[in-house]
Amino acid sequence: MPAEMIHAEKLVYEYDKRDEEGNIIGAERAIDGVDIDIPQGSFVAVLGHNGSGKSTLAKHMNAILTPTGGAVWVDGKDTRDAALLWDIRQTAGMVFQNPDNQIIGTVVEEDVGFGPENLGVPTEEIWQRVEESLKAVGMLERRKDSPNKLSGGQKQRVAIAGVLAMEPKCIVLDEPTAMLDPNGRREVIRAVEKLREKKHVTVILITHYMEEVIDADQVFVMDGGHIVMHGTPREIFSRVDELKAYRMDVPQVTMLAEALRKRGLALEPGILRREELVEALCRLR
Amino acid sequence: MIRDITIGQYYPAESRIHRLDPRVKIVCTLLFIVSLFIQNSLLGYAIATVYMGTVIRLSKVPFKYIVKGLKPVVILLLFTVVMNLFLTKSGGTLVHFWIFTITEGGLRTSVLMAVRLIYLVVGSSVMTFTTSPNGLTDGMEKLLHPLNRLGVPVHEVAMMMSIALRFIPILLEETDKIMKAQQARGADFESGNIIQRAKSMVPILVPLFVSAFRRANDLAMAMEARCYHGGEGRTKMKPLKYHGRDRAAYLLTVFYVVVVFAAGRFIPFRLWIF
Repeated sequence: MPAEMIHAEKLVYEYDKRDEEGNIIGAERAIDGVDIDIPQGSFVAVLGHNGSGKSTLAKHMNAILTPTGGAVWVDGKDTRDAALLWDIRQTAGMVFQNPDNQIIGTVVEEDVGFGPENLGVPTEEIWQRVEESLKAVGMLERRKDSPNKLSGGQKQRVAIAGVLAMEPKCIVLDEPTAMLDPNGRREVIRAVEKLREKKHVTVILITHYMEEVIDADQVFVMDGGHIVMHGTPREIFSRVDELKAYRMDVPQVTMLAEALRKRGLALEPGILRREELVEALCRLR
Repeated sequence: MIRDITIGQYYPAESRIHRLDPRVKIVCTLLFIVSLFIQNSLLGYAIATVYMGTVIRLSKVPFKYIVKGLKPVVILLLFTVVMNLFLTKSGGTLVHFWIFTITEGGLRTSVLMAVRLIYLVVGSSVMTFTTSPNGLTDGMEKLLHPLNRLGVPVHEVAMMMSIALRFIPILLEETDKIMKAQQARGADFESGNIIQRAKSMVPILVPLFVSAFRRANDLAMAMEARCYHGGEGRTKMKPLKYHGRDRAAYLLTVFYVVVVFAAGRFIPFRLWIF
């Protein structure tokens, strides 16, 4: 049995394609033969444009979907085994895209307590976990508020706290920033970074914003249900043309560096940050 | 205008009423409502007013919030008052013109009904203002727990209620958004007769329903992802436990009901027709 946090082998997910009357007219492959290995404690990003299968892949990581072919192991547990279902979902928590549709409680702290309540954690420990999780995402002072009063970024941070309170080994974030404004996006990404530093959980970030994956240990790029690129952010970002072919928006800095490089400047491929580019340009003189 | 509906909205504050066990608040609200209907004397209502006023003061909920909660029932209220005023015939005639007659009994009943209705709505909205919807459903769940043995899915119903309450403001906001979007494309909701206006609601309701179902789907997935699997083996973050203050509230309310009942029945205090 593999020791990785998440291990998928020849994963296939098919769903029935239906016509307007609901008759099955064929099968559609959302994921087609994906092999993936995510080591414990790492930060992995999955990129892809809409319909690339990245969200479907995310839903396999905590057994919301089960494979129609191949298999997924979460912390060594096979997701096809219905007896392990709740165990797997506790191991791998999931944060979804829409902040409104994943908050169950009508008060922030009650929502964070929802997960531990389901797990049967004793009352005192629930309070402890709620406090700790809210502190970890910087939302402790809003604990008594109604979620409707929070901004999108704050709601997503509450959702992250809700997952944290279940003490997972791994957090899957399925496009957590897709519905947020730039400020909210920064807030959420910063919260995730802090988690990584302090709690050492495995983080899997599904996104289509390339800026968010710069700090990842590994990046997977998906297209049409396949993993088409895999490597460190630097390796991935140095293949600008390929990325563009998969309809990904390359960060502006990387684009600029690439354009300069093509014009003959001696820059290294795969420049990710603005400071890096500035430094490299200064060194040229 | 659509966001003005405040029934079923929690008003967060730190007050004695907020701290009470939800079960106490549910039972006491029921007792309060009963107290409105078991008597019809002026004195009884005076005592009810004092009781309600004290509770509102203690709850720290702004009075205008509570009055706002009356808005949705204004039409029902007017209807009841008018019906009672003209259709109840008892006692001496006060006013008579054309086919309308207002009798003493009619005036009395209509005022009584109005007071009862207003107090009923205000009383229950004080409960919903001071109890978080989760607390409310927790209280319901605990109170109705015996029904579990009869095969009633009490926990599931309570969960559904609390989710419905949580989504009321979100769906209202969405309705507002859809209305504006349709208005921007020339939809007209304000003119025409009732039938035309009802018809013009269709382009609001259809997208609203579609989005509600989509939300429900998302939410169900989010709940499952957080290991929700029904009421079994679930612990509570805020388990309900009676404290001294809860027993005191019960006692005070029961005392109040007895006083109101006694005052209404045995103390003959009358002012004009009331």
